[in-house]
Amino acid sequence: MNEPRFRRDGAWVGASVPRREDPRLLAGRGRFVDDIALPAMLHAQFVRSTVAHGRIVAVDLDDVRTVPGVVAAFSAADLRLGDITALLDRPPHEFVATSMPVLAHDKVRFVGEPMAIVIARDPYAAEDGVEAAVVEYEDLEPVVTDTAALADDAPLVHAEAQRNTLVDVSLFATEGIDDVFADAPCVVRVQTKTGRQNALPLETRGVVAHWDDRDEQLLVQTNTQIPHQVRTVLASCAGLAEKQVRVIVPDMGGGFGQKCVVGREEIAAAAAALRLRRPVKWIEDRRDALTAAFLAREQRYDVRAAFDADGRILGLDADVVCDMGAYSCYPFTAGIEPLMASAEMPSVYKVPAYRVRGRAVTTNKAPTGPYRGVSRPQYVMVMERLMERAARELGMDPVEIRRRNVITVFPYTGVNRITYDPGSYRESLDLCERVLRDEGWYDVRDSDRVIGIGYSCFSERTGYGSGAFAQRKMQVVPGFDISEIRMDVSGTVSVTTGTMSHGQSHETTMAQIVADRLGLDIAQVKIVQGDTDRITYGFGSFASRSITIGGSAVAAASEKLGDQLREIAAHLLEVDVDSTELDGAGGIRLRDDPARRLSFAELADVAYLRAHLLPKGVGPGLSATASFDVAGDGTFSNATHGVVVELDPGTGGVEILRYVCVEDCGVAINPQVVEGQCRGGIAQGIAGALFEQVTYDAAGQPLAPSLMEYKVPTASEIPDIAIHHLETPCAFTANGAKGAGEGGTIGAPAAVLNAVNDALRDTGVELDDTPIAREAVHRALNSALEGTGV
Amino acid sequence: MSEIQLVELTVNGERRDLAIEPRRTLVDVLRHDLGLTGTHVGCEHGICGACTVLVDGAPVRACLVFAAQVEDADIRTVESLAAPDGSLSDLQQEFSAHHGLQCGFCTPGFLMLAQGFLAERPDATKEEIREVVASNLCRCTGYQTIVEAVDACAARRRSA
Repeated sequence: MNEPRFRRDGAWVGASVPRREDPRLLAGRGRFVDDIALPAMLHAQFVRSTVAHGRIVAVDLDDVRTVPGVVAAFSAADLRLGDITALLDRPPHEFVATSMPVLAHDKVRFVGEPMAIVIARDPYAAEDGVEAAVVEYEDLEPVVTDTAALADDAPLVHAEAQRNTLVDVSLFATEGIDDVFADAPCVVRVQTKTGRQNALPLETRGVVAHWDDRDEQLLVQTNTQIPHQVRTVLASCAGLAEKQVRVIVPDMGGGFGQKCVVGREEIAAAAAALRLRRPVKWIEDRRDALTAAFLAREQRYDVRAAFDADGRILGLDADVVCDMGAYSCYPFTAGIEPLMASAEMPSVYKVPAYRVRGRAVTTNKAPTGPYRGVSRPQYVMVMERLMERAARELGMDPVEIRRRNVITVFPYTGVNRITYDPGSYRESLDLCERVLRDEGWYDVRDSDRVIGIGYSCFSERTGYGSGAFAQRKMQVVPGFDISEIRMDVSGTVSVTTGTMSHGQSHETTMAQIVADRLGLDIAQVKIVQGDTDRITYGFGSFASRSITIGGSAVAAASEKLGDQLREIAAHLLEVDVDSTELDGAGGIRLRDDPARRLSFAELADVAYLRAHLLPKGVGPGLSATASFDVAGDGTFSNATHGVVVELDPGTGGVEILRYVCVEDCGVAINPQVVEGQCRGGIAQGIAGALFEQVTYDAAGQPLAPSLMEYKVPTASEIPDIAIHHLETPCAFTANGAKGAGEGGTIGAPAAVLNAVNDALRDTGVELDDTPIAREAVHRALNSALEGTGV
Repeated sequence: MSEIQLVELTVNGERRDLAIEPRRTLVDVLRHDLGLTGTHVGCEHGICGACTVLVDGAPVRACLVFAAQVEDADIRTVESLAAPDGSLSDLQQEFSAHHGLQCGFCTPGFLMLAQGFLAERPDATKEEIREVVASNLCRCTGYQTIVEAVDACAARRRSA
C-alpha cells in the first residue's frame, strides 16, 4: 500500500473556513432553477397515470389544447423521443435490460408515470390543461410487493423480465460454507424488511430549457448532480449531437442521490422547448416529487451468521431482495442496490466465509435509484443486528463481540475481494463506548425508565474509482474526474471540477485545496462547476466522490500549474528550476534566497502580455489539466454511532436522549463542513429508522402523496449530535481525505434499532424492521407489563 | 380563471401594483411577479416552511396565502434582512458562523421564521427556539446548527 501522499502544512486544509456560498444564500441571492426567468418562457406540467398498471388505449389531448393559456400538449407519439436505457454488462440470467420511455406510450407501470406534457403560459394554466386530459386505460393487474412479484404466476411488469427479476447475482459463495454453518456452535438469523424512502431534497426537481439560435444549442439549466450524463441522454433521446446540448446547473437545493439519475421529465421538457423554439420551465411539485420521483431503500434480507463459542464470526449467508419499482435508473440500473449490498455486506468485520444472492425485482411502484448510503444503511443494520443477536445468544457484551470481530490490521483484503485501506474501526468503537460510559448513560440505563443503548460500527466505501464500477459491470463507468486550472493576468485562478455541489460546500472546500497547493488565499480561487461547455468531462457528485476524486483532480491540476509557474520564474530569475519553490504567499521564490521572488501577477503578466520573455518552448498562457482516478478499491471512511433511547410505554414512542458519532473520514478538509454532513446524514438515518415510509395500497395507489402523510422529522425529533473526529489519512487520494457525505445515514438506522431492542431487552421481543412501528414497541412493552409475553 | 384583479402590496417597504388572477398565491407573486426569488417553494401545502415571510411581523407561509388577501399588510421577505450596503444582519451572520445552512434552499424560510419569532420573544430559551425551528423542514443540517444560530443571535441581541 502506498504511503499517504497528503500534505498538512498548508494554512487552509483542516481549517473550518466560513463558507463562501453563505453570503448569497443568506441574502436570498442564490439562484436556483425556479429563480430563472427567460423572455417568452412557457411552463410545463405532466399528465400522469392514475393507475398502477395498465395498457394505454388512448391519450386524448384535444380538450387540453383548448384550455385558456395552454400553448401546446405533446404525448409520446407527438414527441417521438428515444427511450432511456441503463445497462449492465452481465449475462442474461443475471441482468435483464428494460427501457424507460421518456413519456409512457404502450403501458403505464406506476401511479404518477408521465404520459404527456402540457405547455402553457403559466404553471396555473398548465395545471388546468392537465386536468382536461382524457386517458383511456385497459387495467392490468398490478404487482405491488416484492413477494408478489416473485410468485410463479405473477403478472409481468416488463414482458422481458421473467418472474419480474431484473438482476439476480450470486457474487460470492465460499467453498464449504455449508459445513461452516453445520459445525458452528452458534448460528443466528435476521430477517428484515426496510421501508421505501424518498430522499426528499427540499428543492424539487426542475429544468429550464431553450434553443439558443446564436450558439445553435439546446441550453438546459437543470438541478442535476450529473450534468454531463444528462447531456448524453438528452442528445441521444432527441437525436442531437452532444455539442448541440449544453447543460448548466445553478444552485441546487439538495439532491441526496435523487438528482444523480437522469429524469424523464427533464428530457421531455427540454424536448418540448426544442420543438416549440421557446423557453420551457418545469418545476416538479411536491405531490409529484413524493409519488413519481426516484425512491430507494425497500429491501428484504434473510441472513444467517455462524459464530464460534468466543463470538468470532465464521460465516455469512445472505439473501437480498430489492424492490426496485417500475424502471431501472440511468446510469446505475436496477443493480445499484443488490450489487452494493452483495459486494460490501461484510462491512467492518473479518468474515472468513461468505455466500450471497442479490436480486432486484420490478413492481408497479415509482422507480428507485440511489439515495445517500445506497444499501449500506440496510446491510449495516443487518450486520449489527447479527452481532447483537449473537452476543445475546452467547451471553456476551454487544460491544465486546464487535471488538473481537472488527478488522484491525490493514490493508485488509476481505472475503469479498475488496482491499480496505487503513481505518480506525476498533478505536472508534472504543471511544464511542467510553464517551457514553463517561457521560453516565449506563447508569441511566439501569434505572426504572425504559432505556436502551445501541451501537453501529461501519465502514463506508467512498470515492469509487473506475475500477470499482467496472467490477459492477456498469456500461457507464463513472470513476475519474478531470480538472482544469487557469491563472488569469492578475494572478488569480479559476478551477473546474466535474463534481457538482448540492449543499456540500464545494466552492469553499475545493478552494481550500487549491489555495494550499498554490499558496494562495481562497479569495483568489474561483471554483467552476456544473457547465458541460466549460468542463471537459465529469461524473458529478455521488458516492462521496467530490473531495476524494474531484478534490484530488483539483489538487493535481494545481500542482501542475505550480510547476509551470516555477519554470517561468526560474527562467526570468536565471536559475535552475529546482532552486525555486512556491512561497505560500502567491509567488515563487528562491529556496536559498527567499527575498528573490516573483509574484504570480508578475509571472502571469509575462505569460499573457509579454510572452516574448517566456522560456524557449513554453507557450503563452497559464493553464493545466489533470485527471484523477482512485487506484485502489476506493476509500473507506469509518465510524461508530452510539445512541441512547427512551421508550414510552403509553404510546410506543421512541425518544433519542443522546447521540454520539465518532467518525474518521481521513483528512477533514473543512471540519465544520464534515460535521454538517454527519449531522444531516444522521437526521436522514433517524428518519428511516423511525418515521419515513412510502406506502401503497393493494392497487398500487400511493398512500403518502403529501407531507401530511410522509413524515419528515423536524427539530423536535432530531436530537443534538456529538461528533468526535479521528483521522486516519487515506492512502489512495491526493489529499488524504475519504468520503464524508453518507456515513451518517448509514450508521443511524442500525444504532437506533439496536438501542430500541436494548430497551426492549426484558420483553423477549426483538424488532428487526424499519421504520420501527410505534405499535410494535407499544405491544412489546405492554405485553411484557402484562406478563403475557409475545 | 381568466378574471384579473388589481392588487396593491407593500413589500419590504415598497408599494407594488399588480394585475393578477385572484388565485395567485403570495409566494408566486413575490417570486415571479416581483422578482424576489429569495423566498422559496418547497411543498405548496404549508408543511415545509421554505416560503415563510413576515406579514405584519408574524411568520406566514406564503404558499397558503393568496396575494389578494394581504393587500393592507406589511410584507417582509429575506431580501429585507441585509443592510442596504449588502452587509448581513446579525441573524444571517450567526447562520453562517454556525454552519446553519448547507444547500441553502430552506434558509430564507428559517431566517424569516426566526426573525419574526425573536422580535416577539427576545428572551426565548433554547428549548423554545428549538420548538419554533421545528415549524420548518431542513433536509441538510439536522437542525442543531440552525437552533444554535438562532440562539446565538438572541444572546447577541440581549448582550448588545
